[in-house]
Amino acid sequence: MYQSNTLPNKQHAIRKFKDRFAKYGVATGGIMVLVALLMIFFYLLYVVQPIFEDVSIEPTLTIALDDEHKTLALGTDDHVETAYRLTSEPALEYYQLHGADKTKLIKQFEINNDSEITAFAKAMPHVKQFAYAFANNSVVIIKPSFKIGFANNRRTIEPRIDFPFGKAGLSIDSDAPIDKFAFATTPENDGAGVVYQSQTQQAVYYSRLLGEINFMTDEIEWSQSNVELPNITGAVDQLHLTADLSRAFVLQNGYMYVFDVRNANKVKLVSQNRVVEYGTQVTASTLLAGASSIVIADNQGNIAQWFEVNTEQGREFTKIRAFKSDNKDINGLYPEFFRRSFVATSQSGALDVFYTTSEAHLYAEQLLDQAILDLAISPRANAYISLTSQGIHLFDVENEHPEVTWSALWQETWYEGYSEPDYIWQSTSASDDFESKFSLVPITFGTIKAAFYAMLFSVPIALAAAIYTAYFMPAKIRTVVKPTVEIMEALPTVILGFLAGLWLAPIIEEHLAAIAILIILMPVAIIAFAFMWHSLPRKILNRLPTGMDSLLLIPVILIMAYVLIELSPWFNDVFFDGDVRLFITDSLGISFDQRNSLVVGIAMGFAVIPTIFSIAEDAVFSVPKHLSHGSLALGASQWQTLVRVVLLTASPGIFSAVMMGLGRAVGETMIVLMATGNTPIMDWSVFQGMRTLSANIAVEMPESEVGSTHYRILFLAAFVLFIFTFVFNTIAEFVRQRLRDKYSSL
Amino acid sequence: MKDWFKSGSPWIWMTAGAVSISLISVIGLLVMIAARGLGFFWPADVYEFDVTQEGKTQTIIGEIYDREQVPAKRLRNMGIDLGDHQEEMVERILVKTGNREFVELDFRWLLQTDIDKTEKPAGIGVFERSRNGNFYGYVEQVIQDGEIVDSQRLEELINRAVDISEKAVDLQNGEIGSINYRLEKMRLEQRALELENKLTEERIAEFDQEREELKAAYKEFEKELFQLRRALDRDEVVVRDMRGEMVTLRIAEVIDVHFPNDMSTLDKLGRFFIQLGKFVSDDPREANTEGGVFPAIFGTVFMVMLMAVIVTPFGVVAAIYLHEYAAKNTVTKVIRIAVINLAGVPSIVYGVFGLGFFVYMLGGSIDELFYPEALPNPTFGTPGVIWSALTLAILTLPVVIVSTEEGMSRIPSSLRQGSLALGATKAETLWRIILPMASPAIMTGLILAVARAAGEVAPLMLVGVVKMAPTLPIDGNFPFVHVDRKFMHLGFHIYDVGFQSPNVEAARPLVYATAFLLVTVIVALNITAIGIRNHLREKYKSLEH
Repeated sequence: MYQSNTLPNKQHAIRKFKDRFAKYGVATGGIMVLVALLMIFFYLLYVVQPIFEDVSIEPTLTIALDDEHKTLALGTDDHVETAYRLTSEPALEYYQLHGADKTKLIKQFEINNDSEITAFAKAMPHVKQFAYAFANNSVVIIKPSFKIGFANNRRTIEPRIDFPFGKAGLSIDSDAPIDKFAFATTPENDGAGVVYQSQTQQAVYYSRLLGEINFMTDEIEWSQSNVELPNITGAVDQLHLTADLSRAFVLQNGYMYVFDVRNANKVKLVSQNRVVEYGTQVTASTLLAGASSIVIADNQGNIAQWFEVNTEQGREFTKIRAFKSDNKDINGLYPEFFRRSFVATSQSGALDVFYTTSEAHLYAEQLLDQAILDLAISPRANAYISLTSQGIHLFDVENEHPEVTWSALWQETWYEGYSEPDYIWQSTSASDDFESKFSLVPITFGTIKAAFYAMLFSVPIALAAAIYTAYFMPAKIRTVVKPTVEIMEALPTVILGFLAGLWLAPIIEEHLAAIAILIILMPVAIIAFAFMWHSLPRKILNRLPTGMDSLLLIPVILIMAYVLIELSPWFNDVFFDGDVRLFITDSLGISFDQRNSLVVGIAMGFAVIPTIFSIAEDAVFSVPKHLSHGSLALGASQWQTLVRVVLLTASPGIFSAVMMGLGRAVGETMIVLMATGNTPIMDWSVFQGMRTLSANIAVEMPESEVGSTHYRILFLAAFVLFIFTFVFNTIAEFVRQRLRDKYSSL
Repeated sequence: MKDWFKSGSPWIWMTAGAVSISLISVIGLLVMIAARGLGFFWPADVYEFDVTQEGKTQTIIGEIYDREQVPAKRLRNMGIDLGDHQEEMVERILVKTGNREFVELDFRWLLQTDIDKTEKPAGIGVFERSRNGNFYGYVEQVIQDGEIVDSQRLEELINRAVDISEKAVDLQNGEIGSINYRLEKMRLEQRALELENKLTEERIAEFDQEREELKAAYKEFEKELFQLRRALDRDEVVVRDMRGEMVTLRIAEVIDVHFPNDMSTLDKLGRFFIQLGKFVSDDPREANTEGGVFPAIFGTVFMVMLMAVIVTPFGVVAAIYLHEYAAKNTVTKVIRIAVINLAGVPSIVYGVFGLGFFVYMLGGSIDELFYPEALPNPTFGTPGVIWSALTLAILTLPVVIVSTEEGMSRIPSSLRQGSLALGATKAETLWRIILPMASPAIMTGLILAVARAAGEVAPLMLVGVVKMAPTLPIDGNFPFVHVDRKFMHLGFHIYDVGFQSPNVEAARPLVYATAFLLVTVIVALNITAIGIRNHLREKYKSLEH
């Protein structure tokens, strides 16, 4: 009260305001900074979360059909703005799916042919080709296409029809009209293959057509070779032909026959399997994207994936995995454009979505009341278009990351073309049908392996050095030694990595024997030197300064290392017949990388030593002196005091030091990136490299497409790293704080 | 002996051994980097070897790069004839022969047994060239404008050529670069108006006119540039190489020549410093494997400064909040532990966060809001120096917070209470007493943060660093500071040149030199920080008593 009287009121108010302003300003600022730090955690989660989201399918549109023609196939453009329908008229019709004229028929192309349609077939979805077979044995292949233009800054789509093999089509030398067929074409449209059965229903034929441009007329002339597929007689159920014209599949009475048709003159049966249980029938089948797998459904709701696997008897079609649908009336299986996903439709209008590789049953709902007669998946798999007796239904689909499930990330998965389930990380390839293999196991394994070797190297050295520095070293030397070791923590790891990769790795390869001997001999030499020192006459010993042991040992170690390295060619001669690398790979049968775990262990151990050293040294040093003095006074030797009193008291601190070191080793990027070959293999061998989570992110992140599964999985890898190190560090920090509280009470 | 073991003394010696190993590795590492890094600048002697291989005798001129001992047995097994060599080991030397366009490999191994004669003849010139690396040979003729002149004038002619080519580069990057920059800006302006539907015929005419003017100016500069290039092409030097053939080198391609075998130690020392200076001030050449590292130094410093500007206020405010304003309860304690732990989170995680959040989310939004005219080309929605600085600011935030807090906790509470007792408000105490006294601690934190940031590479690989940036983040074009640009960085330079370059052998000395530069800066920064901290501790120790 006195104060307020002496100060002018106005100034007082300003000061008070300033004080309050500072208080709230600092508080808001501080809290915001802390929140920003926490945001890292939530942001990583936010990016990762969509990969575990469920599939959702929402109806958006229904187009009523009022003509008599049968719908044979459906499809949409890339942006789901236009749908197309192939009818038995035969015609190709386009419908508007967006804007004001929704559901309107916008264009119709008639496919003129003098004779009757006898059969219809679809190629693999990504080829976007369809074929009509006519009674005159011609097969007309059509391709719906869209011409995209820009007018007034708006994108316009003009639907068109293409006849990649001409309007008249390809003429097949068949004895009777074609009843059932499957076809595929070459990407350049200069060749095609057709597997067909004619209405006589006796045999199945394969017809390979080759086009050649006649230079005189500029027209394509077709040559044709027709072969009868062996072993097949009678009516067949389904026919398939792979997009690369290498395998033909015939399904007949529960059996699947696979033919190698790469050479039309040497067609042979590759495999013959019973694909459904006795007493059940095949109700639907389809090739999957990439076309090396076939999926087959029976009338009990069982769906199985088959592909070719290398076995002892050669390549064989094997049942890889089975899916179970609740619907026993599956009437169609439809593959996606590029991913190994497929949709099963049923007579009752239910729909199941599966992803083969991750064995995921992504969706199972009663979608419609009537039977789903046909279905097509949009090119980006973000819409389904289906046909029922009431018309065409369009559905919005959210199914961004079907290939990722918790089990696919962490368990063995059987990928196409592999002979057994395995853990594989292989994210990209040049090819379009490539299936990314995202198993986090090999790279997590690599992380643990790298950290393990680093800890193996660093923990003994760092702890021993910390104990000596804190407990035995004279204070004067300690003030120099401690910061010197700690400076190493500040060394950029890119330099350590560079030295490890370009300097250390060749040295280790060259002098492997010498280094192994060095590691064994080092303790022996130290003890021998110590004994010599101990045996020196008292008179001399008393005159020498004490506590210099560590400095005295420096020349000993240096000389020993030098001698061994000088002798190294001789060692190599004796132990390895002159060439280490050759010896290890040829005689021991172990593959040898120059940039191997040993190099990483040493280099990263190096980076970790100062972390462990610094914290452990603090812990040992802060053990109250009266404890050790008491022990010494009771007659314990220095060593006994150290082991029984000091280390025991400091053990939580030492534990926290090791945890911190582990945290650092797990997250280190540049050293592993530069000092290993970065191959994601799972092998404990010390002579092999590894790929770690962190290096994997550094290598692949710049190339991954934003929002893709790969991108999100890399975020997941970062999240795993974050959690891993955060947990380690929190434990360490917690233990350390407890320790500090304990000492302050002592 | 048994007693001695029982006393535990051998184990103590073992722990001492661990200290020795740590010390050897730290000091050895630093010394090795220094030796190799600095050795790069020391003019090496050039040797002439007479070598007989498979019956053929030839002369090889080059610098000795490396030596190693190889078991004779292994060589004999490989079918190499060692003659009547008796010993078990044979010495092999790696020679850098340069003259890349005339030999298959500019490095080759020579067996000591194959060498008939080694000498260090005077008069061998080492030509540093802007293309194809070094050239070794004897100067035979110097040709100025088609006429043979005195060989002594070689240096003068080289200096002239270097001057002219510098002028040409300045012209190209300065004036011509400006014009190109302005043209691109105009294209974007026009597009922006078009998007807003404000593009009138008049504006188009204005743009076209300005474009014409710029093009005319460009023509002028281009003419000037061609003139300079013609002037550059005037002189040549004829050199006899190790095959004994006369090779004509264009002086335009020669950057420097020296005759190491004729130099005294003092000359070499002089050249050592000149080379060192060039290394820090020149641009890189030949896919970064030769020349200097100036853009990398500039990029590193610029990014780190930008980061320091961002991290200091935020770090200090957070520390003040935690230490002075936050309630002393469990929540604060947990937050503090969390902040400390964030320092231990792997840097690559921050890189991933920076790429996702700053670059794609924040940068993408900025582009949509402010730079729609450039889309689909990103302006800020792509890795750049500002995002790198922000990412590293978050990475180093815990360092600054922890250090500042530590500094504030060292200030005796008596000072704080004294100030409050004299009637100062909390804010005034903070501003007048605490912050000035904590400023060395803040400085320490900042230095540590800078040292950490300067050495980080992994996160930068995701958020903005490139192996070769065409332009610096600061130049003469408005607005002069371009924080959206990508930049070069010393640490990444080491990774890139050491591991991604096609000729690792040739680039290795340069990598060591770069590493030495980086280590020097970081160790110096750390020692400064440690010094300040120790000084501070001493200061408050005296206050407490």
